Formats: sequence, structure tokens, C-alpha cells
Amino acid sequence: MTDQATPRVIDAPLSSPAPAAGLLEVFRRRYLLKLLVRREISARYQGSVLGFLWSYINPLSQLFIFWFVMGKIMDRGTENFAIHVFCGLVVVHFFVETFNAGTRSIVRNKALVRKMAMPREMFPVASMLVSLYHMGPQLLIMVLICVGMGWTPTVTGMAGFVLAIAIVMLLGTALALMFACANVFFRDVGSFVTILTNFVRFGVPMIYPFTMVEERFGDMARFYLFNPIADAVLLVQQAFWVGTTKHPDDVQAHHIPDHLFAYSFLALGISIVALVIGQVVFSRLENRIPERLS
Amino acid sequence: MSYSSTTSIVVDDVSKTFKLRYHRTLKQMTVAAAKGRDISDTFTALDKVSFTVEQGESIGLMGLNGSGKSTLLKLVNGVMRPDSGQVLTRGRIAGLIATGAGFHPQLTGRDNVYLNAAILGMSERETNRKFDEIVEFADIGKFLETPVGHYSSGMFARLGFAVAVHVESDIFLVDEVLAVGDRPFKRKCIERMQQVRAEGRTLFYVSHAAGSVKKMCDRVIVLEKGRVGYDGEVTAGIKYLKYDGDDEERPDETEDEEYGADV
Repeated sequence: MTDQATPRVIDAPLSSPAPAAGLLEVFRRRYLLKLLVRREISARYQGSVLGFLWSYINPLSQLFIFWFVMGKIMDRGTENFAIHVFCGLVVVHFFVETFNAGTRSIVRNKALVRKMAMPREMFPVASMLVSLYHMGPQLLIMVLICVGMGWTPTVTGMAGFVLAIAIVMLLGTALALMFACANVFFRDVGSFVTILTNFVRFGVPMIYPFTMVEERFGDMARFYLFNPIADAVLLVQQAFWVGTTKHPDDVQAHHIPDHLFAYSFLALGISIVALVIGQVVFSRLENRIPERLS
Repeated sequence: MSYSSTTSIVVDDVSKTFKLRYHRTLKQMTVAAAKGRDISDTFTALDKVSFTVEQGESIGLMGLNGSGKSTLLKLVNGVMRPDSGQVLTRGRIAGLIATGAGFHPQLTGRDNVYLNAAILGMSERETNRKFDEIVEFADIGKFLETPVGHYSSGMFARLGFAVAVHVESDIFLVDEVLAVGDRPFKRKCIERMQQVRAEGRTLFYVSHAAGSVKKMCDRVIVLEKGRVGYDGEVTAGIKYLKYDGDDEERPDETEDEEYGADV
């Protein structure tokens, strides 16, 4: 009925309508990623009176529990034990939250996944960034306490800290990618991951110092250092906890393993390999995701 | 294979099967295996479907429930990928399909407009430029700053529509959606679809409403159990489906009912 206008010429090639997938595509669409992250963050504390304050209260309460139970009741004489624990807590919390939320991210966003064409790696990556954002308040609290105790940053310490965050970001995203699609096929995976993350808390030198591992296992302690999260915790302890003690050099020599940076770069390598595997697994399974999400 | 430079959509020998899972828990699977029953069964939603669409054509996709229309639309939209064969499209795709799917109930209408637009591929600048137009089209007034969880279903749908129709696209998909919304809004959508046609965009319209297909489309494709049963001229297509006779031959039927028979 309406007459057709002059033929419209489209300057684009014929191509598959399915969105280019992959982590690179996620970062090419940063604007969408930013909005998704912002949505998560602002939706989380909607309708609560204390709102964003919970992000401070939660880590502080955990810090208190560990400080009181491990530091006062089961005192082992570790200097500034609360900070020692808190360093671990920051890393573990970031990792566990990325892993847990990332694993559930695709199922949770199924309304979007089933109906909209977008790279689905978006969701695990967004979960990781939300967790990273929530680490902010904890870091702030830690820095304030450390400064109050006469801590000053060192170049080595800060470089180690950045490395630690990079390890957790990469490894967390890798695991989130793998388990997020597995969770679509078997919802058991989500519960399994919760159990898995329980082990993380005790697999890192948080509520016990690394020296204890060395004392018990001697040479075998280096296998303990193949755990990337343990390396990340030690790096953060090196960055903050060591500087708050009375004799930082002694503490560094005694409590922080030699060659920590070598182990950490190995950990970074492991994380990158894991991320590549995660991407491959994800791409393999992705096709079947929308139809399995009903 | 090569296609002319004015080809808009290519669906080439496309099949899609779904697995129906009978037994989900370990216990059920064990029982089934013990009794020698099949653990899973497949269902072919699309079976070697082929057609091409030229730029600017208006296609009405028709068929009974379960004939594979929605699956085909999802493949063209890029949400799903075919098991075999290929789907190719030229240019940006948008449309009244899954409108409001990305809305987050706790976010305000404004935030959701930005998010939804971004999912549909609009940049921040593009959204800013069109924001007023979108809000005006949605006609939700002061509710713009209210979380969409509090919206009435009509408002929710209108906001979703409003974003979708403002995406600049070369291919416009319309699912059986005109059943929601009040009459003025429906008319607004119809006008919009006519405008899409006039602009030379490809229109891909899934509907059961013979009347509106007749008004809107210049070609009909009928799916039958996952295969193309008919592809060609509109009136004959509607006749093929035996949908004629009840829709348009009643002179007292209002325009509203024609468009709304979309269920």
C-alpha cells in the first residue's frame, strides 16, 4: 500500500547475525559492560536503609570475628594478626565472590540471555567487575588502618599488590566462565562451587601464617605456593601487613617465602592459561545455552 | 555462494533441533537406563528451511503454533545459531521482539532505557539524542524515575517498544506482540511499522492476524512443522493457511480486532 521509497543501500556485508563472541568482544562493547556493572551495583542495595554502608559493615564484622577468635582466643603470637587476616580476607572475598556470582551469572540473567543477541561472556566478566568494585571499601578500610599504624607504601609492595589483583581477576574470570555455562546444564554446579569456595578460605595463609606451612611440610611447602590464590594473599600481605610490623625486614625474611615474585608470575601464567581454557569451553557450550535456559 | 548486494536476509538450508530431556535427576536417569528407555529425545524445530529476502521487502511469517516461527526469528535475530546451514543478515537488526526483556525491575525507567538501548547496540550519544523521543513515544509521564517493577504491564510494554522502535536498523523484526497495549498505542505501533516499510527497511513480521499481514506485507512465508510450506504472494498465502474467511469478510470488524488477533 505505501509506496516503497528508493531502494535503501546498506553498506554492510552479509554476515551471521549472531554476535561476535569472546572476551575481546566484551571489551569492545565497554559501554554496555559499564551499564551492566552499574545495574548490578545499584540494584544490590536498593530498598535497604544503610545502603552502601553494608559494603563496609560486612568486611569489618568478618575482620572482628577473625581478630577475636584467631587473634585473642587462639593466640599464636603473629604480629598484627588482624591485618594479616584482613589481607587474606580482601583477596579471598574478591575471588570467592567472583567465582560464586560469576557461576550463577548466566542463569540469573536468563531473561536477557534467552532473548537478546549479545556476547554472553559479558555476564561472568560483569560479575568479576562488580566484585572488584566491592573490594574498594575493604581496601579503603585496610589502608586507613595501616596508615594509622605507621605503614608507608613501597614500590615492591605495590607492584606485588597489582600483580595479586591481576591474578585474582584473571583466575576468577576463567573459573566463572567455565562454571557459568556448566551451571546452565546442571544446576548442581552452583552448589558445588559454594562448597569449593569453602576450601579456598583455608587453602591460603590467612588465619594461619605461611611459616606454619613451612614448619609442617618443609620442602613440600612449595607445592602450596602453586596455588595462585595463596600467592596473591602473600603478595597483599607483603604489600600491607609487613609494613605495619615493628621490624618489617625481619618479618619479610621470616614470613614471606623467598622467590614469591617468581611463584606469582607462574600463578599469573596459570591464570592466563586457565582463562584461555575457560574461553574455549565457553565457546563450545555457548550455542546450547539459550535453549537450555527454560 | 554469492548473493546480490541487495539481499537482506539469507536463510540457507537451516535446521535446528532441540533436545527434550525426559530425565533430569540422577535417580530418574538410572531408572530409565535400567528399564532400557531412551534418556533423551530430539525435536526438529526447523528442517532445511531456505529462503532469501531482498532489502526493503516486507515478509509476513505465518504458521500454526509450534511450526517453528519463533525459532526462526531467534535465528535471524542472532540469539540462537543453526545446527546446520547458515543464516546471514545485512546491517543492524532491531525490532519488536522480546521488548523489555532486559528490564531490571529495581532500576528506574530512565536507567532501563539506557541499558536496553545499549543491549540493542546503541551508543551513549545515540541514546542521549533519542532519549526524549523514546520517552514521548512510551508516554509514561512522571513514572520515568520510578523503578519499572512498579509499572503496569501496559507501561512496561510501551517502554520496551519505545526503545526498540528507536534503534536505527536495517532489518526490523516484529513478533506477535501487538496484542498488548491499548488501542491508541497499537495504532502508533502500526504507524511506526508503516514508516519502517516506507524507509526501505526490511520488515519481518510474525503474526497470526491475516488482516494486518495483508496490510503490512508484500510476501508471505508459511511454516509447517519446521518446513517452508508456502512462499509467495500474500492473499494466496493466507488462503494456503486457511486463515482467510474469518478475518476480513466480516464487515463489522474493527481495526483494533484485526491487529489484535495476534494471540
